[in-house]
Amino acid sequence: MSFFDTVRIAFRALLKNKMRAVLTIIGVVIGIAAVTTIVSIGQGASKLVSGEFEALGTNVILVFPGQTRRGGARQSGAPTLTTADADSIGTECPAVLAASPIVGSSGQIIYGNENWNPKQIQGVGQDYLTVRNWELEAGGFFSTSDIESNAKVCVIGQTLIPKLFRTVNPLDEMIRVNNVPFRVIGILGKKGANMVGDDQDDVVLMPHTTVRKRLNGSPLDNVGIIMVSARGTNQMGEAAKQIETLLYERHEIGPSEEPDFSVQDTTEIAATLGIITGTLTLMLSAIAGISLLVGGVGIMNIMLVSVTERTREIGIRMALGARGKDILRQFLIESVVLSCIGGAIGLLLGTGASMCANVLINVYKPGTDWPMVISIPAAVVAMGFAAAVGVFFGYYPARRASKLDPIDALRYE
Amino acid sequence: MALIELDDVRRVYDLGEVKVHALRTVTRQIELGEYIALIGPSGSGKSTLMNTLGCLDRPTHGSYLLDGEEVVTMNRDQRAKIRNKQLGFVFQNFNLLNRTSALENVELPLMYGPRVSARERRDRAMEMLGKVGLADRYHHHPSQLSGGQQQRVAIARALVNRPSILMGDEPTGNLDSRTSREVIELFRELNELQGITVILVTHDQNVARNAKRTLVLRDGEIVEDTVDFQLAKVALEHDPALEE
Repeated sequence: MSFFDTVRIAFRALLKNKMRAVLTIIGVVIGIAAVTTIVSIGQGASKLVSGEFEALGTNVILVFPGQTRRGGARQSGAPTLTTADADSIGTECPAVLAASPIVGSSGQIIYGNENWNPKQIQGVGQDYLTVRNWELEAGGFFSTSDIESNAKVCVIGQTLIPKLFRTVNPLDEMIRVNNVPFRVIGILGKKGANMVGDDQDDVVLMPHTTVRKRLNGSPLDNVGIIMVSARGTNQMGEAAKQIETLLYERHEIGPSEEPDFSVQDTTEIAATLGIITGTLTLMLSAIAGISLLVGGVGIMNIMLVSVTERTREIGIRMALGARGKDILRQFLIESVVLSCIGGAIGLLLGTGASMCANVLINVYKPGTDWPMVISIPAAVVAMGFAAAVGVFFGYYPARRASKLDPIDALRYE
Repeated sequence: MALIELDDVRRVYDLGEVKVHALRTVTRQIELGEYIALIGPSGSGKSTLMNTLGCLDRPTHGSYLLDGEEVVTMNRDQRAKIRNKQLGFVFQNFNLLNRTSALENVELPLMYGPRVSARERRDRAMEMLGKVGLADRYHHHPSQLSGGQQQRVAIARALVNRPSILMGDEPTGNLDSRTSREVIELFRELNELQGITVILVTHDQNVARNAKRTLVLRDGEIVEDTVDFQLAKVALEHDPALEE
């Protein structure tokens, strides 16, 4: 018998018991819908996480000052990195796109009658925007000469505008930071909250020299962190290696000695977070998969009933020349058709549910920008899984049907 | 070479504590184009013999050559193939598939044989339904047909693969006398005009009388094999228990 005929006969047999067919596939529908929804939401979450890391600055590598050794006493957080280190990382490492020193500070900003304590006051290099892949909304950034001359200029984030300026255009206005007057020369583009919930727009940037000398009053040329961006995600490892080699050389550290700095690659953190969301998704999928299993048992149950009910039909078909494998195939295809229909409905329901989830998340947590992920491979896998359930749970009843004795089957009442 | 050659065929049902000898020993030949009635009291083994001849059952002893091929040593699939190609079955309760049209019932054997296109399958089934006079009822389901019509659909189904043997297990058992006669007439026509070998199991003497050769079974053995129905009738009514 041809495959097409077998499928047609399977549909015919199922249509004879519509209610039963519908009830039977509900288990598979729920199973597939649950798996689809969870996988979709899980993939949305990992996409969100990796998106956040991209927003941190494309391909960012952080270089931290490390411990130093002074007469046998080790000391952490020592000022071992200098502006010169940052400059040479930017110019001498081929895999590095740009590098910027960062010097932190804090303090109160006053404009007219208003005051505000921003989360971050940072002294940075000229290439900072390139490193972080940020853009200016208005005005300009400080130049090399601004840095050399410790110029009292700053670039502000969006959050400061309503807090300090209200309706006034901040450009070229003078603000006071810890009583030092600064001129606002640029405004950063809006970036929103990061994944931890910190407002990334609550920031004031100024030349690192200015921060060090005018705000912190430090005589040293050290920097807090050097932030580096690689030329591409695939060059992260290469860039990190080049930075290490360069700093080993510059700091005259022998190969057996411990370095006085550490290089941290943000993709590592991203990868770790990715593993966490991936594992969670997998775990939840496994739980949802159990309902698929229960659905499969339902199919098996109904197929066993069906084989018993149709014993006579099986006998007739055998008398007319059906071989065991013809009967096996007929019942197997029937259960696969059942589970595939269930799978298709489940897939549609699951997609609908993940769309709803997506809308709800974006409504209740605005700004998260939760991405909608509908993956074709996942859909294919889900359908394949449904078909596999049909084969697995349909095999035993079908085999039982195919092993019937034709005479006994014909006599069955 | 005869169409069917049975040599010391025995069938024993092993029920654990007791062994039932449904067929004690049967050695017989049947030629192509014969019309045979198997008669005998209940439990005489005529159904077992029928199932054996129909390749539905396998003897526990002996040899059964069908068209020169040994059936006894065949596996299930080989016997299924023989049933499909060489044998047509008609049953007492028609055994049509419910909620399936007459046409599709007749198409069934063609689905299990060598690949035939859907169009040819339909054409051949329609032709067969025409021969049994039911061409205009092809789309009716069995429940919409009378008993006689259902049996004619079953006969069309049995013949659609052009078998050499048509087997009937009490084919008129569920029919009234008028439709019985119609069906008997159909068997006779098929035998005489188309040369199909017909083998029937029956209780109905009118059916048996119509056959050209009658085998009478008793206790798993053939006690009479005659072309004269009167002799068969005597053998059937003869009760060995009364002789003692």
